[in-house]
Amino acid sequence: MSEAILNVTNLTMNFGGIRALDSVNIDIYPGEIVALIGPNGAGKTTFFNCLTGIYTPSSGEIRLRNPETGKETRLNGMKPNRITEKGMARTFQNIRLFANMSVLENVMIGRHCRTHSLIFGAIFRNPATRKEEREIIDTSYKILKKVKLHKQVNEQAKNLSYGAQRRLEIARALATEPFLLLLDEPAAGMNPKETEALVSLIRLICSEGHSILLIEHDMKLVMSLSDRIFVMDYGKKIAQGTPEEVRSNPAVIKAYLGEDVDA
Amino acid sequence: MFPVNELKRSLLVSIWFAFLTFPIMVIKVDPIERIVTWRWDNMFFVAIGSFVLSILVKVYFVRKERRAGSKKAQTALTEPFVHRILREPRFLYPLCLACLAFAILFPHLFSAYQTNIMTTALMYVVLGLGLNIVVGVAGLLDLGYVAFYAVGAYSYALLNMHFGLGFWIVLPIGGLLAAFVGVLLGFPVLRLRGDYLAIVTLGFGEIIRLILENWNDFSQGPSGIANISRPGLFGIDLSFSASINYIYYLVVGLVIFTIFVVNRLQSSRLGRAWLALREDEIACQAMGIDKTRTKLIAFSLGAFWAGLVGVIFAAKTTFVNPASFTFLESAIILSIVVLGGMGSIVGVILGALTLILLPEYLRALAEYRMLAFGGILVVMMIFKPEGLISNVRRSYQFKKLPSSESE
Amino acid sequence: MDYFIELFFGGLTRGSIYALIALGYTMVYGIIGLINFAHGEIYMIGAFTSFIVATVLSIYGFPLLAIVVIAALAAAVWSSAYGVTIEKIAYRPLRHAPRLSPLISAIGMSIFLQNYVLLAQTSDFLPFPALIPEFAFMEPVAHIVGSSDMVILVTTALVMLALTLLIKFTRIGKAMRATAQDRTMAMLVGINVDRVISATFVIGSALAAIGGMLIASHIGQINFYIGFIAGIKAFTAAVLGGIGSIPGAVLGSLVLGLTESFATGYVSSDYEDVFAFSLLVLILIFKPSGLLGKAETKKV
Ligand SMILES: Nc1ncnc2c1ncn2[C@@H]1O[C@H](COP(=O)(O)OP(=O)(O)OP(=O)(O)O)[C@@H](O)[C@H]1O
Ligand SMILES: [Mg+2]
Repeated sequence: MSEAILNVTNLTMNFGGIRALDSVNIDIYPGEIVALIGPNGAGKTTFFNCLTGIYTPSSGEIRLRNPETGKETRLNGMKPNRITEKGMARTFQNIRLFANMSVLENVMIGRHCRTHSLIFGAIFRNPATRKEEREIIDTSYKILKKVKLHKQVNEQAKNLSYGAQRRLEIARALATEPFLLLLDEPAAGMNPKETEALVSLIRLICSEGHSILLIEHDMKLVMSLSDRIFVMDYGKKIAQGTPEEVRSNPAVIKAYLGEDVDA
Repeated sequence: MFPVNELKRSLLVSIWFAFLTFPIMVIKVDPIERIVTWRWDNMFFVAIGSFVLSILVKVYFVRKERRAGSKKAQTALTEPFVHRILREPRFLYPLCLACLAFAILFPHLFSAYQTNIMTTALMYVVLGLGLNIVVGVAGLLDLGYVAFYAVGAYSYALLNMHFGLGFWIVLPIGGLLAAFVGVLLGFPVLRLRGDYLAIVTLGFGEIIRLILENWNDFSQGPSGIANISRPGLFGIDLSFSASINYIYYLVVGLVIFTIFVVNRLQSSRLGRAWLALREDEIACQAMGIDKTRTKLIAFSLGAFWAGLVGVIFAAKTTFVNPASFTFLESAIILSIVVLGGMGSIVGVILGALTLILLPEYLRALAEYRMLAFGGILVVMMIFKPEGLISNVRRSYQFKKLPSSESE
Repeated sequence: MDYFIELFFGGLTRGSIYALIALGYTMVYGIIGLINFAHGEIYMIGAFTSFIVATVLSIYGFPLLAIVVIAALAAAVWSSAYGVTIEKIAYRPLRHAPRLSPLISAIGMSIFLQNYVLLAQTSDFLPFPALIPEFAFMEPVAHIVGSSDMVILVTTALVMLALTLLIKFTRIGKAMRATAQDRTMAMLVGINVDRVISATFVIGSALAAIGGMLIASHIGQINFYIGFIAGIKAFTAAVLGGIGSIPGAVLGSLVLGLTESFATGYVSSDYEDVFAFSLLVLILIFKPSGLLGKAETKKV
C-alpha cells in the first residue's frame, strides 16, 4: 500500500472536564472509502472539527499528505481555510449551507480557494477575471450535474429538500478540489431511494480520485460502502478493520448494544 | 370584524402605555421656579396612539398568517413590483436615464438652497452605499463608521491648513487614509464575534471623536477648523453659487461611480464571499475562504468611501468640528442601510433620500428625526428585516453553455 | 496619601454605580445572549423618574426620608416597566432571528428612548435635588470621603447582597440560573422561560434605576444623554469581568472605576472617557472572555 494521505496520532480534545477525543490514531490511504462509526456522542463530529481546524485539539498531531505532489503538511494550528486549500474538504452534520444564496452560488463559493480575482478584477472585469468567472460557473455546473442538482441552479438553497441539501453540501465541498473528502452523516434524513443514489454517488466520487472518510449511522450503507471501518466510543477508538472484522468484534457489539445483549 | 377580547387586549395595552409614560410624558417640573406642570393631554394621546397601533400590529400579524397559510405558488405573482422593474433592462435603463437627467437638471430647476440640501442627501447616499458594503453585504455591524468619515474630513482640513494641499489631491489621500485606519482597526477586531465587533467599532468611533475634541494642538479641539478651501476647478475662482453647483455635480459623479463599483463588487467572486460570510462564517472557512482577509477588504473598502465623503464634507462646509462626528451620525447612516434594504443598492439610495430629505422639507418632522431613526431600526428589524427593497439575487441561464449541451 | 485615599474612594463609588448597571447587561446577556444596548437608557429613565418624583414631592413639601423612599421606588418600578416593555416589543419577536437583528433593534430602542425623553422633557441639564444629607458623623473624614460616597457604597453593597440571595435561594433565581445554562433544557423541565426573561429585565432595570438615582444625586445634575456613556462604561465593566458572570460584573466595575479614578486623578481628566473606551477595545481584542468568564468553543 502507498503512503497514508492522512495520518492522525494521539489526537485528544478536552472541553472543560469532558474528554471528547482520547488519543485517537487514524490513517487513511489513497483511494479508500473509510467509515467512522460509533454511538451518539462518541466524538466523531469532534474528530472532524479537529481535523478541519474548526476546533483546536488539546494535543496530538495531524498530518496531511498530497498524493500527487507527495508534499506533507502538519495541520495543527492551521486555519480552516488553509486546511481546505491543502486538499481536505468536509460536509456538516447539521447542514450549513448558505441558505439564502442560490444552489449554484453555494457551489461557486467552493471554487473560492482555487481562484484569485479581487477588488481590481471585480471593478474592471479584465479578461482574466471574466475567464476565471466563466471557469467558476462551468466547473460548478458540472459538479451540480454530478450530484443531480443542475435543474435547480437558481433555487435558493433553503428551498431544497433535505436530501438535496445534503447533496449540495457534497457538491460544495467537491468544488474545492479535495483529495480527501470528509462526510458527516451524509445519509441522515434521506429516504431509502435517496440513500441508494447517495451510495452510487459516493462510489463515483471515489472512482474519480477522491478518498473518502465518512461518519454514518446507517449500518447497511457503511457495510456496503467502506473498505475499512473505525469504531469510536467515549472519545476512544475501540476497533478498526474491514466490515466483516468490525461486525464480529465483541467490543463494537458491546458499545452499540450495551452490556448484556447478545448480537 | 374584530373579536371583542382582542379589543380588550388593545385596551389593556393602551392602559399599560399610559401608565408607562406617565412620569416622563405627563409631569414636567421646573426645579428652579419650583413649578409642576401636569400635561394630561399627553396621556390621552399616548393611550389613543398605543390603542390604534396595537390594533394595527394585530391586523398585520393576522394578515401575515393568512398569507403564509395560502398557497406558496403565489410567491411568483407577488414578486415585488420594484423587483420586476429592476430585473428587466427594458424598464431599468430608461429609468436610470430619467434619474440621471433629473439629477443633471436639478440645479437649474431649483434654487441654490435646494441644491445644497440635495448635495447633502447624495452624500448620505454614498455613505449609505459605503456602509452597505460593510453591514449589508458582508454582515459586519460597524457602529463607528463616522470615524472614517471624520478621518476624511480632518485629512482635508489639516492638510489644507498646514500644507495648502488642494481638494483634488486630498480626495484620494483622505479615502486611502480612512481605508488605512480601517485596516489598522480591522486587523485586530475582525476576529471578534459580530456583536462584540459592533461595540468595539462604537468605542473606536467615540475614541476618535474624543481625541479630536481634546487634542487641541492637533485638531484645534471643539472649536474645529474653519476656512477650508472649496474645491478648485483648474484654478478658476468660482462664485459662491457656482461652487455650490460644482460640488453638487461632483457628488453626483461620486454617486454614479459608487453605484458602478458596488454593483460590480456584488456580482464578483469577492461579493459572493461577503454574502456567504454573512450567512455562515464557519461554513465559509471550511470552504476555503480566508475570513479575516475577506472581512478586512469589506471593512476598509467601506472606510474608503466614508473617507471620500469626509473630504467632500469638509470642502462643502469649509468648516469641521468634532460635533459633526458623533455616534448619532453613524446611527443615521445605519438607519439608511437598514430601512432601504441591506445589500440592496436601490434600497439604500431610496433610504438615504427619504431619511435625509423628508425632515428637511417637513420641518415639523425635523424635531422627531432622531426619534424616527431609532424607531425605524426597531420596526424594520421586527417587520421587514430585509428592508423596503430587498436585494435581487442574480440568476444564471445555462441554455447556451457548452458544458450543458450533452444533456 | 489623602489624595490617594480620596481617589480610591472616588473609584469605588464610581465602580459601584457601574456595577449596578453592569449587572443588568450581564444578566440579560447570560440569559438571552443579547447586548441590551438600551440598558443605558433604562438607567437614564430611572434617574429621570426619580428626579421628577423627588422634585414634585419636595415642591409639595414632603419630608426628605419620604422623598428618598418614594423616588427610589418609583424609579425602580418605572424602569422595570420600561425594561419589560422593551423586551416584549423589541427583543422577543427577534429571538430566533439572526444574531445582529436584536442588536440593531436594541440600538434603535436606545436612540428612540433618548429622544423620547429629550422631546418629552428637555435637552438642558437639570439640577437634581440633594437627597443625601451631609451626615454629622462623617465630618472628620469629609475632605476625603463624602457622605454620598458612603451612602452609595453601602447601598450598593446591600443591593448586591440581596441580589446574591435572590439568585442563590429563590425559585426565580434558580430558574434564572437554569435558563442561563441551557434554555432548551430549562424549557423541557417546565420552566416558563418567558417569565424568567421578564424577571431578568425587571431585576436588571431596577438595579440600573437605583444606580441612576444614586449617581444623579451624587453629581447633582441630569440630562437625557447620561445613559449613553454610562451604558457603554458599564458594558465595558461587564466585559472586563467576563460577560454573563455576576461576580465578574462587580469585579470588572470596581476595576474600571478605580482605573478611571486614578487615571483622571494622576494623569489627565481630559481623556477620562478615552481610557474607558480604550480599555474596552483592548479587552475585547486580547481577552474577550474577561477576567472571570470562561472561554467557550462554539459547538459546530
Ligand atoms: N463545542 C463543544 N463544547 C463542549 N462540548 C462539546 C463540544 N462539541 C462537542 N462536545 C461534546 O463532545 C462529545 C462528543 O460530541 P460529538 O458531536 O463529537 O459526538 P458525535 O460522535 O458526532 O455524535 P452524533 O452521532 O450524535 O453526531 C459530546 O459529549 C458533546 O457534548
Ligand atoms: Mg456527530
